[in-house]
Amino acid sequence: MSTIPIPTVEEIIAQGNLVYKRPDALADTWTHYCPGCTHGIIHRLIAEAIDELGLRERTILVAPVGCSVLMYHYFNVDAVEAAHGRAPAMATGLKRTQPDKIVFTYQGDGDLASIGAAEILHAANRGEKFTVFFINNAVYGMTSGQMAPTTLPGMVTTSSPTGRDVALHGYPMRMAEIIAGLPGACYVVRRSVHDARAIRQAKKAVLTAFKTQLAGLGLSMIEFLSSCPTNWHMLPPDALAWIRDTMIPYFPLGDFKVADGVEQV
Amino acid sequence: MARELWKGNEAIAEAAIRGGVEAFFGYPITPQTELLEYMAARLPELGRTFLQAESEVAAINMVYGAACGGVRAMTSSASPGISLMQEGLSYIAGSEVPIVLIDVMRGGPGLGNIQPSQGDYFQMTRSAGHGDYHPIVLAPATIQEAIDLMYEAFPLAEKYRTIVILAADGSLGQMMEPAEMPPARPLLTEAERPSWAVRGARGREKRIITSLFLKEEELEALNLRLQAKLKHIAETEQHWEEVATADAEYLLVAFGTVGRTCKTVVREARQQGIKVGLYRPITLWPFPGPRLRKLAEQVRGILVAEMNAGQMLEDVHLATLGRCPVRFYGRMGGVMILPDEILGALHDLIADQPADPAARRREP
Ligand SMILES: Cc1ncc(C[n+]2csc(CCOP(=O)(O)OP(=O)(O)O)c2C)c(N)n1
Repeated sequence: MSTIPIPTVEEIIAQGNLVYKRPDALADTWTHYCPGCTHGIIHRLIAEAIDELGLRERTILVAPVGCSVLMYHYFNVDAVEAAHGRAPAMATGLKRTQPDKIVFTYQGDGDLASIGAAEILHAANRGEKFTVFFINNAVYGMTSGQMAPTTLPGMVTTSSPTGRDVALHGYPMRMAEIIAGLPGACYVVRRSVHDARAIRQAKKAVLTAFKTQLAGLGLSMIEFLSSCPTNWHMLPPDALAWIRDTMIPYFPLGDFKVADGVEQV
Repeated sequence: MARELWKGNEAIAEAAIRGGVEAFFGYPITPQTELLEYMAARLPELGRTFLQAESEVAAINMVYGAACGGVRAMTSSASPGISLMQEGLSYIAGSEVPIVLIDVMRGGPGLGNIQPSQGDYFQMTRSAGHGDYHPIVLAPATIQEAIDLMYEAFPLAEKYRTIVILAADGSLGQMMEPAEMPPARPLLTEAERPSWAVRGARGREKRIITSLFLKEEELEALNLRLQAKLKHIAETEQHWEEVATADAEYLLVAFGTVGRTCKTVVREARQQGIKVGLYRPITLWPFPGPRLRKLAEQVRGILVAEMNAGQMLEDVHLATLGRCPVRFYGRMGGVMILPDEILGALHDLIADQPADPAARRREP
């Protein structure tokens, strides 16, 4: 009787069979994100795009205040940590003085749409040549689930205990649509990461956003619909279904601005 | 280089350019605006970065971003704008990024007015934001001194990886007088960029610039290091000017343009036979206290004059610790102090002192 040798993991990799690995731009470490949170997926998409475009050694990441405040530990790129909402201003300073670098911000909805609303609008209006990844999870995650400018009408949060009352707090802000209205913004889309198809489409958008920056065009921004099972008080699969069934109807996926020149990139 | 007639705000801007500033981000506010306008015209001509920000909040964070790359970046503003920059200044201090800031002070509180004031002494010297730190604060009395201090501000900020604030007031920003510009310093080359600068991790480990230290021991360690650095700065960077102190029986203490006014007072008082001298702090932080303490042992009384309600006065008290009587004369709301007013206050101080100096020491 002859035995069939079982190859080791190293032998499989050596044969050139490796089809999926950690991108170089992602650090070999664990993250602090809650189970089922989609920050991790979005990090990975960004890191893959950085690898594929060969940008790792010239990228500078501007981290926000929010759940992703520690993301500079998770990426293998140079990084700075901004004050709450000020990432677009810091990115402006960086990109204006180092135009050959690839600069991106990564901001939550409290960070970008509330406390940093002025900074993002003016960066977009000036057509700053950096990329913005905007993570819309409909709540303030880090401070444990308060109402954000993106919280849906009627949605219960720790600071809207009876549900968001639009008469009191106004309607959720559709930031992608607002920013797309500014001439300086060149590529503005909304994507989701709630299923494999959405993730593939999101990945394409990340590549386009970086290519827009590489081409020296104006601001590129992707709004991601992202889950927060912890503060939504849902199981991870339910949270993904909630994105699909409840968030997308209010925050439709799509391309809101694809300026001349972006198609070609 | 020849002496030329310069307006204060423009002179500071030109000195910054010759000192090697690479990027300026600012927002208009009187009485500082000419500084921004000068930068707007000159920097693009030189191929350097100028950007008018949407607010002072954004301006200081743009400076922060640029400076994280080891780029010589600065902003300028006046009092209400400096208030808005406090958040950014605290982050900059926490991550030890060198930047330069000009405050052309105006009357407060609130919108106040656009007249000269020294009402930002506390907000500049006491930390300029939350947490335990002090920027280095330089207070010129003349346009020439403003030029000279501005020219050295970047090397100073870089030496200690700290914030340097040039504290001018509205009169210094707006007035004109002859001054000489230093020659232009060459710009930093790529090789001269600091070893902590964030410029892309090409062939090296990534770098992170942050003011976040979640572990209490780590944040305490950062604070202890900052405090040790501040102590070193306090010991090595005290600067002041003395006028006629050798035989002085009375001492005026004033900074900035009021210090300059006091020179006239010293001259006039001496003509009246009063042996008075002037102590003019040039660094407001670190406050040059030890020398003032010595002088307090020599003189019969100190008169502090400021265009505020008595802010540096607290540092004078802390430095002199009751060694001699300390009086204060101040004007607020943008009212400038005239030499006669200070002279009058000096006469009052003298009139209140016992004739016998020994009697003073017996006072409780
Ligand atoms: C000036 C300031 N205000 C408030 C806070 C407290 N804070 C930290 S994170 C956060 C909310 C972040 O929410 P979001 O931007 O939606 O990001 P998420 O945590 O959901 O990823 C707040 C209010 C702060 N750090 N600084």
